[in-house]
Amino acid sequence: MAGLMAGFGLYTHAVVRGIPASLAKEALRMGSQSEVDLAGARREHEAYVEVLKTRLGLEVVELPADESFPDCVFVEDAAVVCGDTALITRPGAESRRGETEIMKKALMDLNLNIVEMTDEKATLDGGDVLFTGREFFVGLSKRTNQRGAEILADAFKDYAVSTVPVEHGLHLKSFCSMGGPGLIVIGSSEPAQKALKTMQQMSDHRYDKLTVADDLAANCVYMNLPNKGHVLLHCTSEEWPESATVFEKLKDHMLIPLSNGEKVKLDGALTCCSVLINKKANI
Amino acid sequence: MTTEAGSETEVKEKAAEESAAEPEQTEKASEESPEPANDQGEEKDKEEKEGKEGKGISKYLPTWLKKQKSQSQTSPTKEAPPTEEAVTEVTANQEGPVPEVNGHAEEVEEKEAAKSEQVNEKEAESDSNASADTEPAKEEKVEESAESHPEENKGITGGAEEQKQGGEEEGGQTSIFQSPLRLVRKTKMKLVVCHVSLLDGTNFTCEVEKRAKGQFLFFKVCEQLNLMEKDYFGLTYKDNHEHECWLDPTKEIKRQIRSNNWQFAFNVKFYPPDPSLLTEDITRYLLCLQLREDVASGRLPCSFVTHALLGSYTLQAEFGDYEPDQPRPNDYMGQRTFAPNQNKEMEEKIFELHKSHRGMTPAQADTQFLENAKKLSMYGVDLHHAKDSEGVDIMLGVCANGLLVYKDRLRINRFAWPKILKISYKRNNFYIKIRPGETEQFESTVGFKLQNHRSAKRLWKVCVENHSFFRLNAAEAPAKARFLTLGSKFRYSGRTQAQSRVASSLIDRPAPNFERTSSKRISRSLDGAPVISITEASENGRDPHLELHSDNKEVSAPQTEASAADSTACDTKEPAKTTEVEIEETVVVQEVSKAPKPGLVTVTISPPVDPPAAEQEETRGEQQQVKAQVEIVAAKETKAPPRESVSSESESEDEAEYHPNVSASICHTQIPEEEEEEEKEKEKEVEVEEKSVERDTVAAVPDAPCLSAEVSQTVEAATSQEEEDVQKKTTSEEMEKEGEREAEESTEDPMLTPDEAPNGHALPEESVTGTHTATTATTEEDQTPKMNGDAPTLAEAEHRPQVICCSEPPVVKTEMVTISDTFAAQKTEIATKEVPIVHTETKTITYEAAQLDGNGDGEPGVLMTAQTITSESLCTTTTTHITKTLKGGLSETRIEKRIVITGDCDIDHDQALAQAIKEAKEQHPDMSVTRVVVHKETELAEEED
Repeated sequence: MAGLMAGFGLYTHAVVRGIPASLAKEALRMGSQSEVDLAGARREHEAYVEVLKTRLGLEVVELPADESFPDCVFVEDAAVVCGDTALITRPGAESRRGETEIMKKALMDLNLNIVEMTDEKATLDGGDVLFTGREFFVGLSKRTNQRGAEILADAFKDYAVSTVPVEHGLHLKSFCSMGGPGLIVIGSSEPAQKALKTMQQMSDHRYDKLTVADDLAANCVYMNLPNKGHVLLHCTSEEWPESATVFEKLKDHMLIPLSNGEKVKLDGALTCCSVLINKKANI
Repeated sequence: MTTEAGSETEVKEKAAEESAAEPEQTEKASEESPEPANDQGEEKDKEEKEGKEGKGISKYLPTWLKKQKSQSQTSPTKEAPPTEEAVTEVTANQEGPVPEVNGHAEEVEEKEAAKSEQVNEKEAESDSNASADTEPAKEEKVEESAESHPEENKGITGGAEEQKQGGEEEGGQTSIFQSPLRLVRKTKMKLVVCHVSLLDGTNFTCEVEKRAKGQFLFFKVCEQLNLMEKDYFGLTYKDNHEHECWLDPTKEIKRQIRSNNWQFAFNVKFYPPDPSLLTEDITRYLLCLQLREDVASGRLPCSFVTHALLGSYTLQAEFGDYEPDQPRPNDYMGQRTFAPNQNKEMEEKIFELHKSHRGMTPAQADTQFLENAKKLSMYGVDLHHAKDSEGVDIMLGVCANGLLVYKDRLRINRFAWPKILKISYKRNNFYIKIRPGETEQFESTVGFKLQNHRSAKRLWKVCVENHSFFRLNAAEAPAKARFLTLGSKFRYSGRTQAQSRVASSLIDRPAPNFERTSSKRISRSLDGAPVISITEASENGRDPHLELHSDNKEVSAPQTEASAADSTACDTKEPAKTTEVEIEETVVVQEVSKAPKPGLVTVTISPPVDPPAAEQEETRGEQQQVKAQVEIVAAKETKAPPRESVSSESESEDEAEYHPNVSASICHTQIPEEEEEEEKEKEKEVEVEEKSVERDTVAAVPDAPCLSAEVSQTVEAATSQEEEDVQKKTTSEEMEKEGEREAEESTEDPMLTPDEAPNGHALPEESVTGTHTATTATTEEDQTPKMNGDAPTLAEAEHRPQVICCSEPPVVKTEMVTISDTFAAQKTEIATKEVPIVHTETKTITYEAAQLDGNGDGEPGVLMTAQTITSESLCTTTTTHITKTLKGGLSETRIEKRIVITGDCDIDHDQALAQAIKEAKEQHPDMSVTRVVVHKETELAEEED
């Protein structure tokens, strides 16, 4: 049977959520003030979902957008799923706390073991959680605090949970992500490199790194699917030409460039837009 | 000459060691009787060897031993008697002399010590060096063996030396006889019943001689379990504070346990990172049992699913295939705990999963269990409560890879073994010195506060053991002698994982049958045969300190790196007895991976031939010093560029500053991982200089040197290997006073000097001043690299056991010098007598440096030579600093002796001190005693009785 930590990257389901009209005007932003093209964002998102559903064959659970939650498309922050356990987070931004409700229901419907973060002192955004297949790294950022990380550690007892200070950028995964088993894709900025070092020091495992020029381009979605092998959803060469060429060197991966130009204005990266689940992982 | 003799001896010893290492095989081969007894026999052999006698004996008297073994095999009970008898006979003759020996021992020892020590040391070093590469483990063994040779006429010391030196003369016979003596003694001892709870919940009862060492009992248990891969296991006992402590195999049980409670538990001590590499199923089975308990108790946290999965493998292993027809083993479930929060849901899940394991054999189920368990993040992590420098509660986790820092459940830091340069503790403070990162210039020291001294020590020991076991090819030579006076010389004494794997690969027996039981009721009690004397070393017995305090968590107290001066330091001018308890211990861990191939380690004993009486010579000076140095420093040079893993203990001078009384050991290990770090390390560590070897003299300079050394290292470290070496050498010294250290660090010497004096119990003849000079000298050395190169070696002043000088030829790579071996040998000898004997170690520093009179203020005179000689006996450690200064045309020689008497109630400190003073006077008739300072430090009775 699937043992502990088997099948990193193997997913059967994905949970996504629509983009509310309020996204363009009301979504939270870190820095950029450039105007968001709502239609463009929706097109991007549709393409994204289409890839998951059609090209990759995942069962996609599409949650309806909620105008009262402008950031609701970024479902990743609302839940952390590993194995058959789902931790419903307590997002750092108060305006987003309500986003977890529908997510929780969706995950319960998938028969996952739900763990809720009820401690009012705890905050955690899924975007700060990097699961490498062997352990968790949790970025301590504006959105995630120590207590939130502790609860995550409690929810996933099998794994080591190390904290990584995130001083720049929104989330830990704003400048890194997994590009394969044991492969961390990392931005080239100083804070990103520093965070990588921290992670390497804290880990008993060795990771290879794939450095890309742009921090935002370092966020990609890795999957290991039956009949498809290594799959990587990554940035397009139009948006991040320099970084895209790095991804293109990954010969063993099925590379799927996805445009993310509009959501990036809201600090939304590729991983932000889905919660990936391996239902069959349930033992 | 000596060298040759030494080499021969070494060879023998090695052989013995080897035999010890592969006792089983040999025994089996040699012995016909196939029974469990073999284990005992082996064990005994080991014990003997380790115990010190065995090796020598076995080598020399193969037949004999074999007979014994066979006998023992036949019937454990009977074993003892025959041996004893034999022993007795032999002993009888010798016994008479022994006592006397003891009485005189010190004197003799010193004299001999001077000679023999040097020689021995050299030999030992050479041995160690030689063995280090090839067979690391052997080093230790050698030492042990040396120690083991208990009493010849002279007593332990004499014996060991003789064996080594004399080698051929009495060598074999003597050793043989000696062993018997011990046996006899033991025979007389009372038997005690030990209760050992085994992993399957049963209890094992056996009788052991009251003075038996931990090892004996452990082997008994392993025999009972039919366990050959025993290196991963150990026995624990509960101290008075209900903390679980590891029973030190090398020490008497009686000395370790408290309250006469002979209750023990057999547990996994080192969790193999990859259980699939274990050779035997029975070993995996025992590991499973341990892990089941760990999981059920919550010590090893895991998720619901994992609990269920592990539980299902347990069912498969114990009950076989799931049988739908048969009622579920609900009863079993009811009795069994698979998880701390076990519930119906989990049990259902367990059954469900159990079904899927159909066809899996018990061994396969165990393997699967382990494959999953080993991935758990807390697998093999030994947690200790502590506080960080800010008083925040944290947990320190010791594991195969290093030291982990947790706050609540989060890992907030991690120090891989290769990153750690030194581990030490002072009082309730625990420190690790971190290798500078790529961009950093200086090492940093991280301090944690533990609940109390015992906790700190326990943590320290666990670190020492885990590092040794998982990172070294062979354990460092332990300072077996044990006086921890200023610092614990505690070292891991068993086989390392690497060695254990080799041994495992040689296991050649049909898979033993064993029963996996769900019931915990099966208990067998074996009556232990009377313990054979081998086990106990009188030496050990004497050791006052209980060193093994391991494990467990303790409450942490708020302060962090506080460097407190020793609380109790009294300087008096009367020679009194001083009891010092080890307060601080430091281990310098250095792992160097350089050349992939293990180069040959050549132990270069410093050329300077040993000066007979170091002490006397010391007065004069330099020449002698040189010799002394030689003893202390052994440099191993290996040419292998490839990573060699040589484990040797060396004290780094740099660190020396910090080493309180601890001996630092540097181990070079090749670690595949973290090469980067290693490389860096290499540079530093590699530094071994051939040159230095001879040159290396030990700079006895206590604290001061260290400081300077550190400084220099940082600056120059990479640059000049030599310097490093020097520093390292220097390091060894550890001052008792922590405060001093700190002070030293900040400032260098001046402060130190005074401290030192107090620390050392000033001995009469030598003038105190000497000390200062020495200190100064050291300081100077640090400053001047060149000087260092020449004079470099640190001797360990008192307790700092090991000085390592490493010199690398440019091309060549690392060597480790282990001083410890030397000491061990010395110690051994001493131990034999059981009477407090003084070991003498000589440290010499030669340089030309300005010396100030009393306290090296600065630029006083020209320091012509400085030597430090340290000798240790069981209870006494004598450090002699000889400083020759040229001032304004006048040469002044100062000798300062520091005698540390480690107390056990058994020891008459006053007497020991008196003897030491007497000896000193005798040795230096032409000198006058100007000052005697007595520093008495009484320690927690708790730890060391």
